[in-house]
Amino acid sequence: MRKLGIQEIQDIARGAALLGAGGGGDPYLGKLVAIGAINECGPVTLLDPEEVPDDALIVPFAMMGAPTVLSEKGIGGEEYKALFDLVENHEGKKIFATMPMEAGGLNSMFPIAAAARLGLPMVDCDGMGRAFPELQMVTFTIGGIKSSPVGLADEKGNTVIFDTITNKWSEELARSVVMSCGGSVAVTLYNMTGKQMKEYGVKGIVTRSEKLGAAMRNVKNVTDKTPEEAFLEFTEGIRLFKGKITDVRRETRGAFNFGKVVVDGIDDCKGRSAYVEFQNENLAAVVDGEIVATTPDLISLVDTETFTPVPTDALKYGKRVLIVGLKCYDLWRSKQGLDLVGPRYFGLDTDYVPVEVRGKGGIR
Amino acid sequence: MYKLGIDVGGTNTDAVIIDENYNVVASVKNPTSGDVYEGIVGAVQKVLNESGVDRKQIGQAMLGTTQCTNAIVERKNLAKIGFMRIGAPASCGILPMVDWSDDIKAVCEKAVIIRGGFEFDGRELAPLDEDACRDFCQEMKEKGVRSIAISGVFSTIRNDNELRAAEIAREVLGDDVHVSISSEIGSMGLVERENATILNAALCQVAEKFTDGFAKSIAHEGIENAKIYLSQNDGTLMTMEYARRYPILTVACGPTNSIRGASYLSKVANAIVVDVGGTTTDVGVIQNEFPRESSVAVTIGGVRTNFRMPDVMSIGLGGGSIVREHEDGSVTVGPDSVGYEITSKAMVFGGDVMTATDVAVRTGKAKVGDPSLVESIPLELAEKAMSVIRTMAEDAVDAMKVSSDDSDVILVGGGSIILPDELAGASRTIKPEHFGCANAIGSAISKVSGTYETLVDYDEVPRDDALEKAKQAAADMAAEAGAVRETVEIIDVEDVPLQYYPGNTNRVKVKAAGELRA
Repeated sequence: MRKLGIQEIQDIARGAALLGAGGGGDPYLGKLVAIGAINECGPVTLLDPEEVPDDALIVPFAMMGAPTVLSEKGIGGEEYKALFDLVENHEGKKIFATMPMEAGGLNSMFPIAAAARLGLPMVDCDGMGRAFPELQMVTFTIGGIKSSPVGLADEKGNTVIFDTITNKWSEELARSVVMSCGGSVAVTLYNMTGKQMKEYGVKGIVTRSEKLGAAMRNVKNVTDKTPEEAFLEFTEGIRLFKGKITDVRRETRGAFNFGKVVVDGIDDCKGRSAYVEFQNENLAAVVDGEIVATTPDLISLVDTETFTPVPTDALKYGKRVLIVGLKCYDLWRSKQGLDLVGPRYFGLDTDYVPVEVRGKGGIR
Repeated sequence: MYKLGIDVGGTNTDAVIIDENYNVVASVKNPTSGDVYEGIVGAVQKVLNESGVDRKQIGQAMLGTTQCTNAIVERKNLAKIGFMRIGAPASCGILPMVDWSDDIKAVCEKAVIIRGGFEFDGRELAPLDEDACRDFCQEMKEKGVRSIAISGVFSTIRNDNELRAAEIAREVLGDDVHVSISSEIGSMGLVERENATILNAALCQVAEKFTDGFAKSIAHEGIENAKIYLSQNDGTLMTMEYARRYPILTVACGPTNSIRGASYLSKVANAIVVDVGGTTTDVGVIQNEFPRESSVAVTIGGVRTNFRMPDVMSIGLGGGSIVREHEDGSVTVGPDSVGYEITSKAMVFGGDVMTATDVAVRTGKAKVGDPSLVESIPLELAEKAMSVIRTMAEDAVDAMKVSSDDSDVILVGGGSIILPDELAGASRTIKPEHFGCANAIGSAISKVSGTYETLVDYDEVPRDDALEKAKQAAADMAAEAGAVRETVEIIDVEDVPLQYYPGNTNRVKVKAAGELRA
């Protein structure tokens, strides 16, 4: 058990941008919400998963919708209580703690605000260990845990709670509510017991995110190695490629932005070429025609000078980037995990091979 | 009829006069003074003398100044303000100015969030709470606050709430109250837009002072027939009256004017502009005669904003950059510089610091100062330093390109003498006449513009129709701002799909600009 204050939030937000693997939305706005809540209600208690009783009710919290809409409407502030009251009534049980469902990007921050405002602890655990585009893409789906009852609340005071037959249906229905409510809603889903959380959750992810963020903040102060070496060491990142963006192609299908970014090698990668395919998040990295990393491993493009992650909506010609691969959570590498978020689910015609094998330890 | 362009920089105040065919008649530099106006008056006197133009024949005077930026950065002369956001029940989770440092937050006497605002599709989020608005204004009146900032959720889509709130503020606080509304200042993104609006409100006294000061210095020189304008961040002009209301829109006019001036002087509409000063080199891009805008949030004085700023990359390379040879034989240039002391510290001027200018003179590239004073620099070292300079410039140029094709490169600024005549990645490297005064020229040739931004579902309104409508709206806005209707052109069209959102909703942004009505 420990407390999350302003400094911790700053670092978690920085780390969450890296865990976003190109997507998940800029954590900045969420950070303002979390900082505001902590200024008013005090630091949040972060629980180690092992500190949670097996029969405790854990209710994850997130915001759902377009980041552009969130950047105008933010969050009302009444949604937390409205939703948690609704869920307690529905479950007939006291809520013990909340937790993030998606530690990558914007949704790393809202559960901290929810915990502060509700006076609940937050568990150091999530269901992705990164960012993914759809609601059923969580480790809890593998554990057979139902996403429903799904609770949704908008800032106007509208709430809805519904049961569905599959997690995919939860996604469908929730998207319709998002549309009707003006593009963004607060959501609780995958209500679970402490036991289930411990069995299937990505444990320690908030702490990992904070450590990543602190490392990124400190990279420039390291004296015994280059900033790049320090960054890779701290993040346990596999250096896949270093280059300059020479082309960005985008296309919109359904609710998602698809695209491909082409990178020409610089420095030790000079003369070589790479590209990264993305669907909001980065899906696959290919160097000289050979796949070096795919989802569900994390592929992040970071600025070669500042090591700030470059999200897919900010890719532009001329930017110097380091393409870094990070190992995903083990459970994603199981058969069921790969069925949910493996390369074939995203339409890539390749089997999954772990990044540490594909990337052959990276380009050195 | 002539135009007078003035640029107040940190070191020099530049002035130019151009004729009605946009030919440069004269350009001068004058040291910037502590109170700014002496510097302006001096520059105006100089340029009038040099050009021999009858002062009564000057019909338009344009000023580019960074005084607002300085006021924010130094937290000086800022006014007390009251801030009202219209958006409850949405947005209440984000408190206004939550990540501002205390010293700048202190400008705000009180901030409130009242009911109102809109959804992204223009539906009403909640009706505007006029009573709360009136109560707040009354409280501000009692506290003696004379400047009010107003933001609204999705006010870039519909600003009726903001306009009504401004009306109420004037009813309660009187017609002379300064009111800033966010829809006139920033684009999508509530936090950044309202940050800029709050800064704008705090600048009202500074704005009054520099607009009056400029008008007085012009009048002082007997230029009676000139209409007076201020340069904006986006390379277009605003009237004195508008500048008093929206001073924040001047904060980035320096780089904008230099980029536009460079384009004009070299008669190239699309190019990369390299502006070399004493300490830094700013690299920007001109597209269809206007600077490319930055897509990332711009921080000013520690406050994150999103208003229109040119996309400029600054590197630590200038005429005064210090050259060093290291033990391993490598040579570095900058990022530190002797700055404005170049005329005493650089070797060519009798000093003892080896600067970029010195190595340029040593290799015969530049001709300033006394070349015999740099003969002690080994030629091999000078050539090594010059190749470092070349690489720095070429890398910066490359980083600003939008495609791998070669692009024209324009060199301006007093320090550009240190750069080679040819750069890799450049189809042509152009150094125009009057290259030292590109800023003031950019100010003098400014157009007037209008920007229209909206969210459209292309499944409901086909893309072509939506863009056509947006272009019409932008053109109307430009004409309203003072452009000659026939000269109005669409200069930028941008449509970006909304992420994580079903359907085909796109953010459409169109900018139009035209020649200033005489």
